[in-house]
Parts: sequence; structure tokens; C-alpha cells
Amino acid sequence: MILIQAPFLNLQAILDGVMIGAIFALVAYGMALAWGVMNIINIAQGEFVILGGYITFAVYKLGFSPFLGAPLSFAFLFVLGFLLYKLIVNRVVDKDMFISILATFGISIMIRQIMNLIFGSQVETALTGLGTVFMFDHNITIALVKVSSFVIAVLGAIGVIYFMKTSKMGRAIRATAQNPRAARILGVNTEKVYAFTYALNAAICGLAGSLVVMTYTIHPYMGLPYTVRSFMIVIIAGLGNIPAVLASGLGLGAFEELASYAFGTEYRIGLVFLLLVFILVYRSKKLAKRREYLK
Amino acid sequence: MTNIKELSALSLLMFFGIFIPFLAPAYLTQFSELWIFMVFALTWNIQGGKMGYNTFGNIIFFGLGMYICASVQIGYAFNLADWTAAGGYKTFVHNTSQYFMSLPIGLLLAGIIPMLVALVLGSFMLILRGHYFAIGTLGLGIAAGEFATTMDIWGGGMGMTVPVWPKVDGQDLELFFGAKRNFFFYLTFILFLVTFFTLRWLYNTRFGLILTAIRDNEDKAEAMGIPTMRYKVTGWLFSAFFMGIAGALFGNINGYIEPTEVAFNGATFGVYMVLMTILGGKGTLWGPIIGAILFQLFKEFFWTYFLGWQLVALGFLIVIIVVFFPEGLMGWLRGKKPEWFGEVVDKKARLAQVTINTND
Repeated sequence: MILIQAPFLNLQAILDGVMIGAIFALVAYGMALAWGVMNIINIAQGEFVILGGYITFAVYKLGFSPFLGAPLSFAFLFVLGFLLYKLIVNRVVDKDMFISILATFGISIMIRQIMNLIFGSQVETALTGLGTVFMFDHNITIALVKVSSFVIAVLGAIGVIYFMKTSKMGRAIRATAQNPRAARILGVNTEKVYAFTYALNAAICGLAGSLVVMTYTIHPYMGLPYTVRSFMIVIIAGLGNIPAVLASGLGLGAFEELASYAFGTEYRIGLVFLLLVFILVYRSKKLAKRREYLK
Repeated sequence: MTNIKELSALSLLMFFGIFIPFLAPAYLTQFSELWIFMVFALTWNIQGGKMGYNTFGNIIFFGLGMYICASVQIGYAFNLADWTAAGGYKTFVHNTSQYFMSLPIGLLLAGIIPMLVALVLGSFMLILRGHYFAIGTLGLGIAAGEFATTMDIWGGGMGMTVPVWPKVDGQDLELFFGAKRNFFFYLTFILFLVTFFTLRWLYNTRFGLILTAIRDNEDKAEAMGIPTMRYKVTGWLFSAFFMGIAGALFGNINGYIEPTEVAFNGATFGVYMVLMTILGGKGTLWGPIIGAILFQLFKEFFWTYFLGWQLVALGFLIVIIVVFFPEGLMGWLRGKKPEWFGEVVDKKARLAQVTINTND
């Protein structure tokens, strides 16, 4: 169809997709962190992203550069995540996983509505004032803001990974992920580790959100697709496999852009959710096959 | 639960079901909604409570039933595309016989087509287990809403209206001592009764036992020679049938159908059913009913006095229920007052149990 008729669109879509895919990968990394360490699936992930976006948007509205909003979103969401952990999440960590899904779903509904009440239900975006680069005789356009958000996402991810590998807290987090009981015996304060992990997850989402508001648009109700995307990336990549998280994040971004060129943007979110179902079913079919060999 | 208790509870419900139109005519819509919510919770309980499959996807059947019933009702008398293009009832009015001929067909199809959809979806979705099933069905529910938004014949994102109640000589047709609201109140009540007695019978059969076996340990049940997949899908068929009809009735009561806010609203109705069941106590027959009553009271209170903040309150309620009453009110009561449930309590043994648990 249109992709075959206009081959340059493919390249354009893949470039755009890769650049938004980095943001997806960042959010997914946060989810993998919370999932791997605390064994909870955080449905409020997408709401953290949108909230981070709104904080950057508020900074932008006050007349500052949105780039200034990125660290602010990071810090604010860190505090919020810490408070949420202390108030709610610590009570569901060691319970059944469905309980944690429901609890974070409740958190996500609350945050979504509060954002709706405070910021209103318009679609918002923050302008950075960066230009656009044209390539190949104006067939390919690259917005510099997308490039810079890609760079910030990658730098942010590298920073978090470096922190996890070298700092004392990072080591404690990794130990808790491997075996919380053994970590506790060896003197790790797992309660503190959990609180820090949840806060760090929220902060990563906040950073991603400030990149989303600069490159794309935000709206109070746009959170859930981010949750689903990050869930999808995590189950494709597996917990704790960072290169795979990055690769599947970029792949998902490219898939989405191509699909929305091919079928139309109105199908974009629907296709993301269908892809989720497809991946889940494919995965368990494969697992079931492995089970048959064991018989 | 003893028979006397069950009988008295049932007769109380029957009393309300029959006499509410005379006692509290102003609250008829709320009570119709209550019966529908009971159907929500009862059918969700087949998966979430009895079978251990926490689904967020039952909302698909609800929305589908709503759209199918409305389409059949309209399509029986007029051209559906013309109807949606004209914005509904302004130009097309059903006469009495058209209305009452199309409604039963619509209701029946609204039950059967979601059943077929459940058969197809269930054959691959029910392979998933645990939280993968929960999130997979959540995705499915939202995808259904997104795709319904792109269906132009149903008015797309604008939504569509359902046929208006027929008029006789300029007056609303009188039926069951009142007009449309009374009629649909009794229909929802009948739907609730049918659902309740079907499930009551179902849970006492071998089928009910197998559902419980699947919840407790699916692999063992399979090893015992039970084709679990077939039973899981059949359980979903029951849910789909009743949810579809509930959706058809809700569409008619609401008068207006919209894809993401009314029909496939996973963030409200899809969560309500989970919440009501957990609030009452999942896995029991009466838990969902109690949960639905409590939830409807809560909902009406907040929707009336805290309008604007009602969804924040809903999120807060979810957190409170999940954190403090994960076993539901019935389970909580059972833990506090086991003797009310006919359990013999040995204080010493119970204390010993508690100490073991805290040492762990």
C-alpha cells in the first residue's frame, strides 16, 4: 500500500519509531526493575509517565525551557513514588500478584483523575524551539527534539545502569532481586530497598514523561498504553536483560510507526493491545510445547 | 449458609424486586443498575472467584451485547446506517409492535453472539495463566473499545442512540404500572434471578466442582484426566451470555451508546465487577450480591455528593479494599467471627495457628 508506493516513508517511520522506542525502553526498564525486585506489576506506570510530562509542561508554562523540567520531573516522581510505597505498596508487596495489580490499578485511576482535575483534559505539548533537519531532498524529516530526547533517554538509562552496577544501593537492590531472604540475613534492609526501587521506577517514568511531552503529546487518559507497552517489552525481553529491553523497545516503536502508516493512526492503540495479546498467547503456546516434551 | 438464611435473603430480594417501583419510583434507574451490577459480579465470580482466572475482559461481552441489541432493534425497522447518520430518534420512531418484536430478538442475539465470541477468544486466551491472563484480557478489553471507535456503522467515537420507548396517542405506552423505566427494571430483575439460579444450580453440579479444582491446582486437575480447557471455555460462555444480555438492557436504560465511555469502559465497569466481587467475598454465591449492594450504595453516595472527585474516590476505594479486605467482607467477617459461619472454633488451636504464622 502506501509504504510500498513511497519507500522513503519506511525509513521515516523506522527513524521516528526508534526515537520513541527509546522512551518505551526506558519506561520498560523501570517496570522490569519493580517487577524483578519486588515482584509487583505496576499498572500505574503509564500514569507516572503522564504525570512527569505534566510537571515538565508546568515548567514550560512558567516560561522555562522544558529541558529544565526533566530533572524536576525525575525528582518529583522519586518523592511521589517513595510516598506511594510507604502508604500503599508496602502492604501488597508480599501478597498475591493480582492484589498488587489491583492496588496499582487503583493508584493509576486516582492519579489519572487528579491530573484530569488539575490540568484539564486538553491534549498538551511543550515546545522546545529546536529546529528540524531535512534529508534526502526533503523526503526525510528529523526533528532535533526527537534526537535530543533519544539521547537523553539513552543517557538516563546508562546512568541508572551505572548506578545499579557500582553503588552500594544498587548492589543491595540486585541482591534483593536474587533472593530477598538471603539478602535480609546478610544485613540488607529490604524494606528500604523496596522503597528505593519503587521510587526509582517512578522517577525513571517521570524522566520518560518529560521526554514524551517534548516530542509528542500528553493527555490525562493516555497512561494505560504506556503501561501495556512496557509490560509487553518486559515479557518479550525477560527480566533483567537490559540489551533485550532496549532492542524490543526500539522494535516496538518502529512497529507502531509502520503500522500506523499502514492502517491509519486511529488503529494505533488498538493494534498495540492486540499485539500484546498475540505475544502473550504465542509465548504460552511455546511454553506449553516445552511442557509437552517433558511428558 | 443454611437454607433459612438463604430463603430469607432471597425473599427480601424478591420483595425489593417486585415492590421498588411502588416504594421508591424516583430511584428506579439506580435499582435497575443494581441488578445489572449483581449480574456483573455474579458472572465475574465464575472466572475470578470459582476458577481463579482474574479477568478484566468480561466487559467485552457487555459492550458487544449492547451494540448488537441496539443494532438489531434498529435494523428490524430501519436502515442502521441511515439511523446513525441522522443521529437517531429525531427522524425514526418505532411503533409499538416494531419495538416489542425487535427487543426479544435483540436480547437473544445479544446473549448468543458474545457467547460465540467467548468461544473463539476463550480458545486461545484461556491458555494464559495468572497475571498474564489478567493483563492480556485488560488489553483485549481496551482494544475492543478502540476498534469500536473506528466502526462507522455504530457511529464511531460519536456513539449512537437506542430506539425510544413507543408512544400511544402522544403518551408513553403504559406497561407494568409505568413506562419504560418500570419495564426495564423488571427485565433487569428477571435477568438477575435467572443468572442467580443458573449459577446456584451450576455450582452444585460436577461442573462447579471442576471449576474449584481448576482454581486450586490446574495441573493436578489435568493430571486427574479432566479436560480443563473445555471447562474453562464453558465457564466463560456462561459469563458471556449473561453479560451480553446485561449489556443489551443497560444500553436501553442508558439510551445512548458510546464505545469507550459506556460500552467498553474497562476503567469503570470492568473494574467495578472485580471490586464488587472482592468486596463481598469471591468464590461464594452470595458474596458478589452483597458486594454489589454495598458498592452501589457507595457509588451513589460519591457520585451525588463528590461529583468530579468520584473517580478519585473509586481509586481510593480499590486501594482500601485490596489492601485491607483482600478476602472481602465475608472473608474478613469469617476471620473475625468464624462461629457465625457455622465453624467450630477451638480457641487454643487458633492461637497456636496464629503464632506459627507470625514466626514464619
